[in-house]
Amino acid sequence: MAKRTIIPFGPQHPVLPEPIHLDLVLEDEKVVEAIPSIGFIHRGLEKLVEKNEWPEMVYVIERVCGICSFGHGWGYCKSIEGNLGVEVPPRAEYLRTIWHELGRIHSHLLWLGLLADGFGFESLFMHTWRLRETILDIFEETTGGRVIFSVCKVGGLRKDVSNEKLAEIAGTLDGLEKELRELTQVFLDDVSVANRLVGVGTLTQDEAIALGAVGPTARGSGVNNDVRLDGHGAYGQLDFEPCLEEAGDCYARCKVRIRELFQSIGLIKQAAAQIPDGDIAIEIKGKHPAGEYVGRMEQPRGEAYYYSKGSGQKFLERIRVRTPTNANIPALVKTLQGCDFADVPMLVLTIDPCISCTER
Amino acid sequence: MTERKDLITDIEAAAPAELLGTAGDAKTAGYRLGQICATLAGDTLEILYTFEKDNILKNYKFTIGAAAPELQSVTAIYPYAFIYENEMHDLFGVTFKNLALDYGGKFFKTAQATPWNPAFGKGGEN
Amino acid sequence: MANLKIGKMVLRSLFKRPATLMYPTVPREWKELTRGRIEIDIDSCIFCGICARKCPTDAIAVDRNAKSWSIARMGCVQCSCCVEACPKSCLLNKAGYTSPDTEKVVDTFVKPEAEPGSVVDS
Repeated sequence: MAKRTIIPFGPQHPVLPEPIHLDLVLEDEKVVEAIPSIGFIHRGLEKLVEKNEWPEMVYVIERVCGICSFGHGWGYCKSIEGNLGVEVPPRAEYLRTIWHELGRIHSHLLWLGLLADGFGFESLFMHTWRLRETILDIFEETTGGRVIFSVCKVGGLRKDVSNEKLAEIAGTLDGLEKELRELTQVFLDDVSVANRLVGVGTLTQDEAIALGAVGPTARGSGVNNDVRLDGHGAYGQLDFEPCLEEAGDCYARCKVRIRELFQSIGLIKQAAAQIPDGDIAIEIKGKHPAGEYVGRMEQPRGEAYYYSKGSGQKFLERIRVRTPTNANIPALVKTLQGCDFADVPMLVLTIDPCISCTER
Repeated sequence: MTERKDLITDIEAAAPAELLGTAGDAKTAGYRLGQICATLAGDTLEILYTFEKDNILKNYKFTIGAAAPELQSVTAIYPYAFIYENEMHDLFGVTFKNLALDYGGKFFKTAQATPWNPAFGKGGEN
Repeated sequence: MANLKIGKMVLRSLFKRPATLMYPTVPREWKELTRGRIEIDIDSCIFCGICARKCPTDAIAVDRNAKSWSIARMGCVQCSCCVEACPKSCLLNKAGYTSPDTEKVVDTFVKPEAEPGSVVDS
């Protein structure tokens, strides 16, 4: 009979950027059970809807997450727009798509850097984040903010980007793509990286479906659940196929995100080439959301739900954001069972946990 | 280019007693659980269950009293519902019967009990 | 050399300019749109209080009688909501962030009675 030990993991841990606590039950070096515990940073942002009028609430919802900030703002606006039954001008939808995809590149690069840092490849981490800076500069030039943009508003956008600027961005992305090819080759081919990732934490397709995994975590197991396929924003007019991998291990999840980097670059270039001219916002005056609406978005980490309930007043009754990490924690717990203790950080990282989002 | 399907989302009210039946039907039909959330509306709580399949969102709303809210847990059908149910337990005080993984109010570390449901435990008709 | 994939990139960066700036001795170049911090042209302010009501973080306080406008620098999230809401367009974004501090800074601006131009910091 092997000896059982319980090792607490987190909320403060070198590989964790955010506080999740796991009680790991070990038999020798093998994890037999993991019990997750969150709730260290519950901020009650959803509650703030009672103090902020709905047009201003978007700035609060954007701050749910510092990485998929634009996506959250857009998801909130989409939910309210659905609630009010208004249509957003096509130019705004294209620009939103472009910013959202830029956000996906920046999020995935951030994650790849953290992953490299997690398995101790310091220089790979530095170079990944050096390239991420290109995207942050584009954000600052077009929106005025580096991580939180505050450009999305209900009914459209607050800032326009000129077509010349969009062409310039497409040019910048061409350069970035070349560097990314070289960098991601390290993730895909390097022996030391493969040693840490291949065959670790396998999540089969059936398990991914049964545990309700979303986003790249599920796509790494061959589950096609890309919410962008419902054609919201400009996705209906852009050509892309969801990136799917079959293996379901850490390496497959890493590969999905790497492929999505190039997919996003392709999407931005397509969108920049075919963006229509026109208004970027419609005016909503004297109308308040009165119904209920459930909308969803594909965030860099997966599918997110936005529920809004209005009462015809300035203040909404309820806003609910269901973030992707929320859905991926059960999958994480499952993959942790039976893994080596040394692989726990890798597994926690590959679902790309964003605990602040989860608790809001 | 793969086919794009528009998102269909509708909200339907249902009786709390039908919860397990509704969830079971959704599971058999191949839906997955999208999210569960609670909304305080006066002295009642509205619990919204979202099921998703092929860009169709089915939302069911169950209305229960806010003073002593109680529902059946769907963790037997959808094991991953435990996150939402524990969250609602800690923030709104909803008791879930037969909850598979019960944190006993320790899931969220809140300074006060049931912060988002001031009506909790205040008597009142159920 | 399968395990030296990154070698080329590392070698190249040895001979390149550093990707980082020597903070804080080398000042940053600000982009045109940067929402760094909120500044006020106190002379044209009419103390209507719309900015204070719109602010999602309640960082702005307006006192109509004392003719003062104050902002909690650490509470401000630079969403520019107030800049957009101001009917006199007297609020604006300036490049450069609030510098880190050990205390939560509140900057108060008082409209001078006769002579314009003086700014009181507290």
